[in-house]
Amino acid sequence: MQASSSVEGFAGSGGISGSGPMGPRRSGSNAREAIVRFENVGLRYGTEREVLSDVSFQLHKGRFYFLTGPSGAGKTSLLKLLYLAQSPSRGAISLFGEDAVAMDRAARPALRRRIGVVFQDFRLVGHLTVYDNIALPLRLAGVPEEEMAGPVDDMIDWVGLGHARDARPETLSGGEQQRVAIARAVITRPDLLVADEPTGNVDPDMAIRLLKLFSAMNRLGTTVVLATHDMSLMERQKDASVMRLVRGRLDDPTGALRNPPWSWGGSSREDWA
Amino acid sequence: MVSVYSPGRHGLRTKLSGLTAKGRKWRINAGSDPVIKQRAISGPVPWVIAIMTALTVIAAAGGLALGSIAAAAGDELQGGVTVQIAGPPEAEAARQAQAVAALLADDPEIRALRRLDRDERAALIAPWLGDAGFDGEDADDNLLVLPELVEVQLTGEAGEDVLADLRSRVEAVAPDALVSADTSWLAPVGRAIEALQWLALSLVGLLALATLAAVLLASRSALNANRQVIELMHLLGAQDRQVAELFQRAAAVGAGVGGAAGFAVALAVVSGLAGRFEALGPGQSAAGLNPLHWAVLALIPIMVTLLAAVTARLTVLATLRRMV
Ligand SMILES: Nc1ncnc2c1ncn2[C@@H]1O[C@H](COP(=O)(O)OP(=O)(O)OP(=O)(O)O)[C@@H](O)[C@H]1O
Ligand SMILES: [Mg+2]
Repeated sequence: MQASSSVEGFAGSGGISGSGPMGPRRSGSNAREAIVRFENVGLRYGTEREVLSDVSFQLHKGRFYFLTGPSGAGKTSLLKLLYLAQSPSRGAISLFGEDAVAMDRAARPALRRRIGVVFQDFRLVGHLTVYDNIALPLRLAGVPEEEMAGPVDDMIDWVGLGHARDARPETLSGGEQQRVAIARAVITRPDLLVADEPTGNVDPDMAIRLLKLFSAMNRLGTTVVLATHDMSLMERQKDASVMRLVRGRLDDPTGALRNPPWSWGGSSREDWA
Repeated sequence: MVSVYSPGRHGLRTKLSGLTAKGRKWRINAGSDPVIKQRAISGPVPWVIAIMTALTVIAAAGGLALGSIAAAAGDELQGGVTVQIAGPPEAEAARQAQAVAALLADDPEIRALRRLDRDERAALIAPWLGDAGFDGEDADDNLLVLPELVEVQLTGEAGEDVLADLRSRVEAVAPDALVSADTSWLAPVGRAIEALQWLALSLVGLLALATLAAVLLASRSALNANRQVIELMHLLGAQDRQVAELFQRAAAVGAGVGGAAGFAVALAVVSGLAGRFEALGPGQSAAGLNPLHWAVLALIPIMVTLLAAVTARLTVLATLRRMV
C-alpha cells in the first residue's frame, strides 16, 4: 500500500470513513489528513477463526475516537494493529502515510515513538519506580535527565500520584497503576494516543479527570483513540466519533458511523454499551 | 525521526498548568535502575568468569615466570662449555685435563678457560655426597675419584657444529673427556616450560570459550525471561540497538566484576608462590615476573570483559531480529 490518502470523498463530517478506494493524497497539510488507514484488514491468531474481518476505516489528524463494542469483539486486537504490536493477516494498514505492513523492522521504532499507548493490562515495569516508569519512553528517546525531570514530575502530580513518585507499581492500587500507565503514554506528547480501556479501574471523578487530560491533548493536536465501555465518558466528549466493533467487524462499514450515536436520535444509549 | 520531546514542544505543561499542582520542586532523578536488572541478565556469568580467569592467570603467570627464569639462566650459560674427565684414575685424569687446557689455551674461538681446582670440584659435589669422601689430602685415601673439570667460555655461541669440532679435537688429546654445552642442562627445563606455556595458552582459549558459552546462554535465557519487558521497550519506541546495549552493559559489568575478582585471587596466589620461591634461594625476584608481565596478565580479564560484551550484543541482536 502506498503512502497516499485522501479525505475527499469519504470524510464527510470528518469521522470514520467506510471502506473504499484510497485516492491520491491532496498536497499540503490538511486539518483532516488521514493519519491511519485500514483497508480490508483481517487478523487471526494462529489457525483460529478471524478475530478481525474486513476492517476498513481512516482516522483523521487531530480528532477524537471512541472504540466500543462487546467484550471479545476485537477492540484490543484492533488497537494492537494500530500500535504495531501485531501484523495483520491480510489487508493494508498505513500509519502516518507509511505502509505499516511491509515496513522494515528498523523503521518501526521511529513510528512507534509517535504513538502513545495505554495498555489494557498497563504493562508497568515492576522493579522501576513510578517516576522511572513514566520517564521510560523519554529515556528511550534519548531525552537528557535534567530536561525530563520537570515534565515527568508535573505529569505525576497531574495524575494525582505525587505521593507515590518513588513507589513501585505493585504497591499501588489498580486505579493508581492505570494512571501511571496513562502518564507514561502521554508524557511524550504523541501524535497518536491509543488507550485501551484507560478508565476501567478508576472512580467516575478520576475517569472524568483523565478524559480531560486526553481531551486537552487532543486539543493540542494529538489524535486520540480510546477503547471503552463507559457510556458517560463517550457522552462527555461531544465532538468524538465512535467506532463500534461487533464480532470482529466494524459495525457500520458504510460510513454511517459519525458523531456520538445517541445524538442521532432513534437508538437508545444503552444499545451502545 | 520525529523529535518526540523537546522543552519547547512540551506545551502540555504550560497549557495544562491550571490543572497542575503548583509549587512543586522539580527533582532530577539521579541514576535510575535499568529496565532489566543487571543481575537478571548476567546470571552466573561473573562466577564462571571469575573461576576461569583465576585459573588462567595463575597458569599464564607460571608460564611467564618460568620462561623468564629460563631465559635469564640461558643468558648466563650462553657460550659456556664444560669439559669433564671422569673415569680414569686421578693422575691420568689430571694429565688429560692439563692436555685439554694446553690444547685450548691459544684457540681464538675461546675467550676464557679455567681448570677447576680440587676444592672447587669437591664443593660442587658436596651437596650430593657431603665432603666425607674427599677430605683426605692424599688422593689415594679417597673413596671416590673426583672428576676433573675445565670450564670453557667460547667467544660465540655453543652451537652444535662448534661443539662437535671442539669435541673431536678434545678427544684426540683426552680420550676420557666429555664435552657438553652448559645450556644443554636447561633443555629438559625448557621443554617443561614450553609445555606449561602451551597449557596456559589452551587455558586462555578455554576461558574464551567458557565466556562465550556462559554469556550466550545467560543472554538467551534473560531474553526469554524478559520477553514482556523487551516487547514493551519496543512498543515504547526502543530500537534493537538500545535493548542490545542493555544486555551488553550487563554482560560487561558481570564479566568485569568476575574477571577482576578472578584476577585478584590469581594475584594473591602468585605472590604467595613467589614468596615461597624467593625463600628457596636468592636470584630471581618475584618469581621472575616484571611489570610488563603483569600488564600482559591484566589483559586477560580485560579481553574477557570485551568478549562478553560483544557476545551479548550479537546474541541479542540476532534474537531480536525474530521479534515484532
Ligand atoms: N494472543 C491471542 N491469541 C489468541 N486469541 C486471542 C489473542 N488475543 C485475543 N484473542 C482472541 O481474540 C478475540 C478478541 O479479543 P480482544 O482482546 O481483541 O477483545 P476485546 O474487544 O479487547 O475484549 P475486552 O473488551 O474484553 O477487552 C477474543 O476471542 C480473544 O479470545
Ligand atoms: Mg480488550
